[in-house]
Amino acid sequence: MTGQPNTAQDADGTTPLQRGLARAKDEGRAALIGYLPAGFPDLASSIEVVRAMVAGGCDVVEVGLPYSDPTMDGPTIQRAADRALAAGTTPADVLRVVEAVAEAGAAALVMSYWNPIDRYGTARFAADLASAGGSGAITPDLLPEEAGEWMEATDAHGLDRIFLVAPSSTDERLRLTTGASRGFVYAASLMGVTGTRAAVASTAEKLVVRTRQAIGDSGLPVCVGLGISSGEQAAEVAGYADGVIVGAGFCQRVLDAADLGAATAAVGAFAEELAEGARAGRR
Amino acid sequence: MTTETTGPAATGGAPGHFGRYGGRFSPEALVAALDEVARAWEKAREDKDFQEELDGLLRDYTGRPSPLTDAPRFAEHCGGARILLKREDLNHTGSHKINNVLGQALLTRRMGKTRVIAETGAGQHGVATATACALLGLECVVYMGEEDTRRQALNVARMRMLGAEVVPVTIGSRTLKDAVNEAFRDWVANVDHTHYLLGTVAGPHPFPTMVRDLHYIIGREAREQVLERTGRLPDAVSACVGGGSNAIGAFAAFIGDPGVRLYGFEAGGDGVATGRHAASITGGSPGVFQGTRTYVLQDEHGQTVPSHSISAGLDYPAVGPEHAHLADTGRAEYRAVTDADAMEAFRLLCRTEGIIPAIESAHALAGAREIGRELGPEATVLVNLSGRGDKDMGTAAAYFGLMDDEGEQE
Repeated sequence: MTGQPNTAQDADGTTPLQRGLARAKDEGRAALIGYLPAGFPDLASSIEVVRAMVAGGCDVVEVGLPYSDPTMDGPTIQRAADRALAAGTTPADVLRVVEAVAEAGAAALVMSYWNPIDRYGTARFAADLASAGGSGAITPDLLPEEAGEWMEATDAHGLDRIFLVAPSSTDERLRLTTGASRGFVYAASLMGVTGTRAAVASTAEKLVVRTRQAIGDSGLPVCVGLGISSGEQAAEVAGYADGVIVGAGFCQRVLDAADLGAATAAVGAFAEELAEGARAGRR
Repeated sequence: MTTETTGPAATGGAPGHFGRYGGRFSPEALVAALDEVARAWEKAREDKDFQEELDGLLRDYTGRPSPLTDAPRFAEHCGGARILLKREDLNHTGSHKINNVLGQALLTRRMGKTRVIAETGAGQHGVATATACALLGLECVVYMGEEDTRRQALNVARMRMLGAEVVPVTIGSRTLKDAVNEAFRDWVANVDHTHYLLGTVAGPHPFPTMVRDLHYIIGREAREQVLERTGRLPDAVSACVGGGSNAIGAFAAFIGDPGVRLYGFEAGGDGVATGRHAASITGGSPGVFQGTRTYVLQDEHGQTVPSHSISAGLDYPAVGPEHAHLADTGRAEYRAVTDADAMEAFRLLCRTEGIIPAIESAHALAGAREIGRELGPEATVLVNLSGRGDKDMGTAAAYFGLMDDEGEQE
């Protein structure tokens, strides 16, 4: 131990997430970001599934910390989180899956409602996440106004912190939220909960444009999530965003699969379809 | 600053914060709507026309002011302390809930919204919301855990009779907290024309403050009534605490009176030590739940632990953030009352005063027996009788074995 806090950043001061997004940009494509709750359907299987996501082309995996009261999730992710909780998934398991993602060569983020992190201890969580090879976390019910401790902890450990913007965000809030974010800012494409949709919301592109205006020239990437569940939709979003975020589509494939082999095959193929979309749609 | 009907400033901290509690832990997508409600409420509470309309409804529709009733025969079981009951049970729809609902329903109309959603556990808040929506011609959707729709079938029928759509929630533990989650999910998708009429002093800012303001009338009336009746302030105020809206309404008028002790009685269920209870302050720990920082029933990993109480209205695994602050500062004291003690107080009030209380309110009555004995016969204890017990007859009949074919009683 050097006495210095452990950090998620490399010697050059960047996280795996930042490098992954930069690489996608250099390659003239949008990054593909997939979501899966840790422990869904059980810990060992979830590790196999995230490996399939990475092998299929996910640049980044958001590892979900399953929570008993997922206010912002629709039925698919609720069911996935319920299964993970029923399997006894703990924050330590979440960090195991983060390690697996990092070992598979992708950037790992944690996606969590705030209470489990608060309970774990904000500073301790940041330290353990950095040690596990995580790049940072997405915190969908933590607003920058309430994030004082989280800002300190993520700074101390060089972690990215991803806040959300929504179509209803005012310009003032877009500036506040993008100013607080590091790694990227998560643009929620529509007013609603997670889940697959037949079409990409018409609100998405306008939000990305407004968000970029708020960001100015800092270069913070803008990634779009909520309701994206096909290669075609990924291509559409890749036409204007830096990253495409897909969650419920992966969870649904695992829910529908007869066994783990079928799940990893379906998830891998889906990731390939999305990755192709993310390449095709780029300007 | 403050108006006739609505209350004092928050008890500490930045807007929406109560010391280290409260605040706003919600999706960014809802911030604009929460800000809109906060602004609309700030304007409405200072607006003479709004206040006159609300005061008129509270008087002519709800039946306010609610009476203050001496309970001398019940007081014999409270160490001889004088017991005064604030009769929120006599309000239209049978509980204090209507105070908040009428205010927020008027606010909904003022914001130009046409649809109201609400959560309900026992059904009292849902019935009050359906009532106000019928009165004002607003579309009404009430989310209710599937378990609760079965336990409270009569209230489901009431809401439907009043024109509300009742949606059974079939996910999670299928109780009140899951109904709140589902209402938030609806709100974020329909926020342009929908107001979420939250039923207690929980949730993200501005709900804890706005709902408190709308129930302040309980304490304000009671304070005047007690002064007029006894010539002095009460020694103690007793109220039941689930989310804590009736309690905060009763407490708010006395917080500035250091001589008045404030007691909140939580649902102790089978006893806090058994783990089967709903006593968030007594048996929980600080955390973030459904939009606010407060005391929560949670496990070591921050997962919500299911609550338990014989009273559906107190069966919630958290508490309003202002109560959390009042507990930490010591201004109010919170204790747990078991199902058994609450039911004994329930029976006692029926037999001694001819008043059937809500089982929720019976927790405040059981608490009054305890503090009456502690404070002695010179003391005056104000009890907020937050609701009536008609809705609880099924539970009481089963508990006491009142049906003829159920044999010997107790």
